[in-house]
Amino acid sequence: MSDLDPRDADVVVIGTGPGGATAAHVLTDAGRSVIMLEKGRNHLLALDAPFGPLGHVSNDELKFTRRHFLGPDPLLEPRTFRGDEGDGDRLWVGDVNNLPSTVGGGGFHADGKLPRFREVDFHARSELGPIDGADVVDWPFGYDELEPYYAEAERLVGVAGDHTANPFAAWRSGPYPMPPGADMYCATVTAAAAERLGYHPYRAPTGVNSMEYDGRPACNNCGFCAFYGCPIEAKGDPVGLLRAALHTGRCEIRPESHVTEIVLDATGRRARGVRYLDAHGDLHEVSAGHVVVACGAFETPRLLMRSGIGNPDVVGRYLMYHLQTLVLGLFPFRLHAHKGRAVTHLMDDPIIPDAEAMAAARDAGLPYFRGGIVEHGGAGQPIMEAVHLPPGELHSRLMLDSPMRDCMAAFTMQGEDLPQATNRIDLDPTVRDVWGRPAGRVTYTPHAHDVACALHWAPRLEAVMKDAGAHTTFWVTSPPLRAHRRPGSDPTPTSRHVMGTARMGTDPRVTVCDPHQRCWDVDNVVVTDSSVFPTSTGYGPTLTIVATALRAARLLADATNP
Amino acid sequence: MPRFLTSSEHRTLAAACDRLIPPLDTHPGAAALGVADYVDTLLAAFTVDPPRIWAGGPFSGRAGGDGSFDEFLPLSPLEELAWRTRVEGSQGDPARELNGPVAGWQLEYRVGLAALGGDFADLSPEEQDRRLDADPAFKALCYQHACEGAYSAPEYGGNRDLAGWRAIQFAGDVQPRGYTDEEVSGHE
Repeated sequence: MSDLDPRDADVVVIGTGPGGATAAHVLTDAGRSVIMLEKGRNHLLALDAPFGPLGHVSNDELKFTRRHFLGPDPLLEPRTFRGDEGDGDRLWVGDVNNLPSTVGGGGFHADGKLPRFREVDFHARSELGPIDGADVVDWPFGYDELEPYYAEAERLVGVAGDHTANPFAAWRSGPYPMPPGADMYCATVTAAAAERLGYHPYRAPTGVNSMEYDGRPACNNCGFCAFYGCPIEAKGDPVGLLRAALHTGRCEIRPESHVTEIVLDATGRRARGVRYLDAHGDLHEVSAGHVVVACGAFETPRLLMRSGIGNPDVVGRYLMYHLQTLVLGLFPFRLHAHKGRAVTHLMDDPIIPDAEAMAAARDAGLPYFRGGIVEHGGAGQPIMEAVHLPPGELHSRLMLDSPMRDCMAAFTMQGEDLPQATNRIDLDPTVRDVWGRPAGRVTYTPHAHDVACALHWAPRLEAVMKDAGAHTTFWVTSPPLRAHRRPGSDPTPTSRHVMGTARMGTDPRVTVCDPHQRCWDVDNVVVTDSSVFPTSTGYGPTLTIVATALRAARLLADATNP
Repeated sequence: MPRFLTSSEHRTLAAACDRLIPPLDTHPGAAALGVADYVDTLLAAFTVDPPRIWAGGPFSGRAGGDGSFDEFLPLSPLEELAWRTRVEGSQGDPARELNGPVAGWQLEYRVGLAALGGDFADLSPEEQDRRLDADPAFKALCYQHACEGAYSAPEYGGNRDLAGWRAIQFAGDVQPRGYTDEEVSGHE
């Protein structure tokens, strides 16, 4: 294939995370040829048949959590952060909610909790009404339309779960493809307390095999799950989808290929391909009939902006995370949360407000409260514990007793983050990346609703911890509330749930993508990541990324049927 | 023999880290855990090829399978740029000064250890602490690396004889054996 040939491929897909991998799977399955361009390294799977594991993934805390193994390296690709314009150009330079930049993307490191959203999440504006200072909108399609794609996503990724366990779950057409895996001891302790206090914890739907599935083995509980890849491929997302695409013979993955821009034709209304730099800095162009953008909600708007694509009044805006409320409990006995999947129990109670929550919402001057899913988890690995301790004798004493690693349980509430136009990704005026381009900059302050939910639920979750037997409890939010910020401390959200920034909808004046996830202004560019989400909901985004990408890619395949 | 540090610097660093992670009951101190060897391995990472930045995988051999952690992974050209900048500093090279000059850990250790003094290892603990406290940034760098060296896989040069993991009742890397469902769900 010459770089100058028109149509090097039917479709070029930018990004190999869950959104890109899903699109590549659907399109190659429908007979299209696909070239995938990935900015980062390939540590996931061999690119020659039979596309087996490379053996780079290991139980190695240093490599994965201290040495930027999955990228992006903040020295090469710094990002910047500020709360609002009053903070000046920036408060922080470095890692700003970095998701892996590698073949497999965010799916590589995720621990694979894969809940669906609920019916109301798709029409919150119609059902719940407006809320001051936020642009809560309906999605351009509903849960009923997405349900078959959710079911397909669960089959493709391989989700283990109990479809009867969550009383608040949306309707579903069938059970999960696998039963749940082993419950963590730590989570059974906190889940029992939650039940005693009237909440509804359930065994988490998890994209981790509980039995052999899709040619990959059952999870053996090594515990190096969140922030690690799986050495034995018991996690299906997105290795299963990428491998399926490669097996068709119609997919080529080009790692270390940094897309500089999407190239438009003379009309400016159609993309004719993309330009990218290879590992040696040489420039290439790939021509394609369609371009799928799946760079994640941080990089997707950055690429659209530098390509001159996307409603300029909206692209980059409505950036959403989850306002995470971390409630920690220290126990007088060991919980060994380093064994097993990182989280085995969830509860949705804060998403479905009770009378007390509705009263608190009214007191806060808000029409409603929607918190987030609560993950019942524990702590991490020893270096993580060590660096958070003071040096000296206390270090050695506390490492022996291990209050944080081995005796701590943690609730993480993924609080719904209401969309605000002022929360956005734009380009930093001076900080540059290794390619000489302006770094992406986050401007972000959570909405009063998100903060009020955190303040309401934190003490209630502390009460659950106490009931479970914790002798000490405390809570923090991420990002830290303004009142809790300390000079020099990291003001950024640590959430890896990044959404919005190229929102989809039915009105081209206020959205970037149409209901088929095509850019309004350049309709052969399709976005298949969480950038298109109009709202964040209180649930982790990954399964919905896969489900919406399945829908969008199938619509694209049908529309271009040769 | 250390590869980047001099013998004297190595001795000073071991003593300094022993104040940050001192021996206590069954927990060995940083010196006995080989933390200075860990730092020296990092500072000398580029004296071998592939550099000792990312250990291989998938298994170490400690929990079954063939051991391959010691087969370090090669870096891409951009990754080498980033890691050489971190370790060696930017040294005036515009490619390494994307957003300003970087001193680099080699220089920070050389200067920081010199400031602690060649007699540091022989001083009283009180005097050692006083000198460490005189440069909080260098103390923080040493502590961060001491924590890494004490509890990371021994292929990176520290955690000598797995004593760091043993002290804290941590099994370390456990693939391909993993844990049984009973070990996960039961109370120890």
